[in-house]
Amino acid sequence: MTFEQIKAVLSTKIVGIAGCGGLGSNCAVALARVGVGHLVFADFDVIELSNLNRQYYFYDQVGQPKVTALSWNIRRINPAVFVESFNLKLQPENIAQIFAGCDVIVEAFDKAEMKEMLVETVVSAFPEKPLIVGSGMAGWGRSDLLKVKMISENLFVCGDGVSETADDLPPLAPRVGMVANMQANLVLEILLGN
Amino acid sequence: MKITLNNNPETFAENELTIAEIIQKKNFTFKMLVTKLNGKVVLKDDRTATTVKDGDDLTVLHLVSGG
Repeated sequence: MTFEQIKAVLSTKIVGIAGCGGLGSNCAVALARVGVGHLVFADFDVIELSNLNRQYYFYDQVGQPKVTALSWNIRRINPAVFVESFNLKLQPENIAQIFAGCDVIVEAFDKAEMKEMLVETVVSAFPEKPLIVGSGMAGWGRSDLLKVKMISENLFVCGDGVSETADDLPPLAPRVGMVANMQANLVLEILLGN
Repeated sequence: MKITLNNNPETFAENELTIAEIIQKKNFTFKMLVTKLNGKVVLKDDRTATTVKDGDDLTVLHLVSGG
């Protein structure tokens, strides 16, 4: 595939992102830069100052809903991307409807119980749809432990699998950003082939 | 029995085990887990009642907070 063909293929694709925090905002920006045609994302949160240590938002956006700020940031990077954003809490009742049209879904929540809920819901509703989960990225260093694992057909996990957020192990821009970009990179691999 | 656990071959002395028993035997101690048996999600509450037999394909995915 030539670069022009790659861009043409990506422009026809739809990627869903569940959560717009450290993983979701950085993953969405990477996918917008490479020209994925249509992004669907959802989050119910507003931006707090403490989010700026890793999330793709700006100081003057504190207080705004994350989905609103992310839509604007993507528009400034690549206005050709069609953005569909949902300012709501993702739940088993709305997940299937929101992400039904997506070619790939990226799990980008913070809390493990939300990750569990999303994976159970997506794998039950869409067993054929590729789902990319992030798990284990707190702290710093140990870049070599970050991996992409194929758990079963259509289910992948990015991260080190064990580094859980704690008081002495905060989520920080470099490692969270690496995993977000591993997720985006895997999206491309799924959409374009090897 | 021989099963596939997380894409790898795994052998147990027992002829069958529940998913909950396998989680305990393998010492998967993480709080948040997603389990799939032969491609279908098995919800948390059903793990003690779901039996794994020879040739089955079991996925246990553990999830930790952060993102």
